[in-house]
Amino acid sequence: MLREETNKAYMEKIEENLLETIAGDDVRTGAYNIRKNGKGVERQITENVKIETKKDGTGIDIYVKENTKFEIVHIPVIITQSGLKDVVYNDFYIGKNANVVIVAGCGIHNDEHNDSQHDGIHRFFLEEGAKVRYYEKHYGEGKGDGKRILNPVTEVELKEGSSLEMESVQIKGVDSTIRETRGKVYKDGNLVVTEKILTAGTQLAKTVFDVDLEEEGASVKVTSRSVATENSKQQFESKIVGNTKCFGHVECDAIIKDNAKVTAIPEIIANNVDANLIHEAAIGKIAGEQLIKLMTLGLSEKEAEEKIIEGFLK
Amino acid sequence: MLELKHIMFERDNKKILNDINLTIDTGKFIAITGQNGSGKSTLAKIIMGIEKPDSGQVIFEGQDITNKTIDERARMGIGFAFQQPVKFKGITVLDLIRLSANRKMNKKEACDILSTVGLCANEYIDREVNGSLSGGELKRIEIALLAVRDAKLCIFDEPEAGIDLWSFQNLIEVFENIQERTKGTTLIISHQERILKIADEIILMRNGKIQKTGKAEEVLAEMNVKPHCCKLNKGTKC
Ligand SMILES: Nc1ncnc2c1ncn2[C@@H]1O[C@H](COP(=O)(O)OP(=O)(O)OP(=O)(O)O)[C@@H](O)[C@H]1O
Ligand SMILES: [Mg+2]
Repeated sequence: MLREETNKAYMEKIEENLLETIAGDDVRTGAYNIRKNGKGVERQITENVKIETKKDGTGIDIYVKENTKFEIVHIPVIITQSGLKDVVYNDFYIGKNANVVIVAGCGIHNDEHNDSQHDGIHRFFLEEGAKVRYYEKHYGEGKGDGKRILNPVTEVELKEGSSLEMESVQIKGVDSTIRETRGKVYKDGNLVVTEKILTAGTQLAKTVFDVDLEEEGASVKVTSRSVATENSKQQFESKIVGNTKCFGHVECDAIIKDNAKVTAIPEIIANNVDANLIHEAAIGKIAGEQLIKLMTLGLSEKEAEEKIIEGFLK
Repeated sequence: MLELKHIMFERDNKKILNDINLTIDTGKFIAITGQNGSGKSTLAKIIMGIEKPDSGQVIFEGQDITNKTIDERARMGIGFAFQQPVKFKGITVLDLIRLSANRKMNKKEACDILSTVGLCANEYIDREVNGSLSGGELKRIEIALLAVRDAKLCIFDEPEAGIDLWSFQNLIEVFENIQERTKGTTLIISHQERILKIADEIILMRNGKIQKTGKAEEVLAEMNVKPHCCKLNKGTKC
């Protein structure tokens, strides 16, 4: 009995730490929905933000009322049960001119031998003039050799004059990830995606962007910064299609170390003479002159390298 | 405080430094000058440890540092402001100032340092040290980074390059302040007469050799730095 009690306290502590790592310490302010080991366990709604379980039980629908100003919605997922494969569909309906911050993310703690996996499919429907800032943080930990696998899919539909800024960070402990982001951007809509990835060991990270700029004034900016170390592999694929007068900019910047491998596959397709599309990709080791400069400030080579990577992923 | 003995540095069959011998005393303000490509920057890099000489020795405060790494030399008290400042991604001016300072430094102090090199601190302190900064701005930040280190030996590689004339006096004050605090030695690579004139000593380099060292007046006289006639000034300077 006593053992069970301590074990329970231990798990609770792990869970709270996971939550804080991926969602910050203010998870329970405003509207939120916490999913643990495949089930919704805590929820709070507000006047402007409704959260409902889907009829078929596969996920939740989040409704933000039009003209909502500056609310924060937390949708974290944590997995502590080894061997669990969790798939969830979350749909966000953002009303006209609403302005919200959405914090999602997934933390996996796996102490055992079985693989734990979370596939989150998030769809965003932004009405005219809506503004969303969307943060997604991925994190894995635990002593087991069971893999921690995360495959997030984000689909966005941006109606006239709406904008979505997405920031995704995967810094530690995720063994395998395939991240897909698909978007359709309409008149004067603006999609900004920033991703930061650090891989080590034999980790694998693949990101796929597929964005269609459908109507005049639509724009997208994708910035990917990644560091691949040890024997890890990364692949960055992006396809931007400009069907009208629009602007697209993709920037993929990777630092490679040790025996890591990085592949960048750019694709930009202009179907209109006024489509302005740019793709920049750079892969390379840490610039020698940056190391040298920091060493002249008294940092050892290792410290200098850490600082450069820390800054690069900041 | 610094002694170079028979420094040789050869690349692509070219003797970039050809038997450099030099002794520099504590508390001096020394200028190195000479034609483009004469080996000034290479010499500075050899003192800092960025380049290794093919042969010869570097002695700093009585200790042979020829085989010491860059960071070991930095911790011993040698500092270097690059001719071409290095750019980073994501590292801010404040980050670099804090790394450079040998002591704890709050934001206010870091701002004060920036002000001394003529940068309006609030505008710059949180900016990334990347290509969005102008050449002169990068150069001033580079100078600030060395100014906070309180290094015993400060080497500036063409600090005045890209800095507008108006700020020239400020720049000289920065050097004066460093020397007042550290009582150390400042070694400045420069083509600027106004800097050469205030030096205790000038080292004149030519084709990888030291052509002359001596008091500023003597070397300047040898260099024959006087207004020259040319078609541009139509003889009014003669
Ligand atoms: N690693 C190298 N490999 C080949 N040549 C080099 C190398 N480093 C320097 N050099 C050459 O050595 C010469 C001296 O270079 P250095 O940069 O020291 O000149 P400098 O006196 O500082 O010139 P400036 O006034 O233009 O700054 C130049 O001709 C340069 O091209
Ligand atoms: Mg030079």
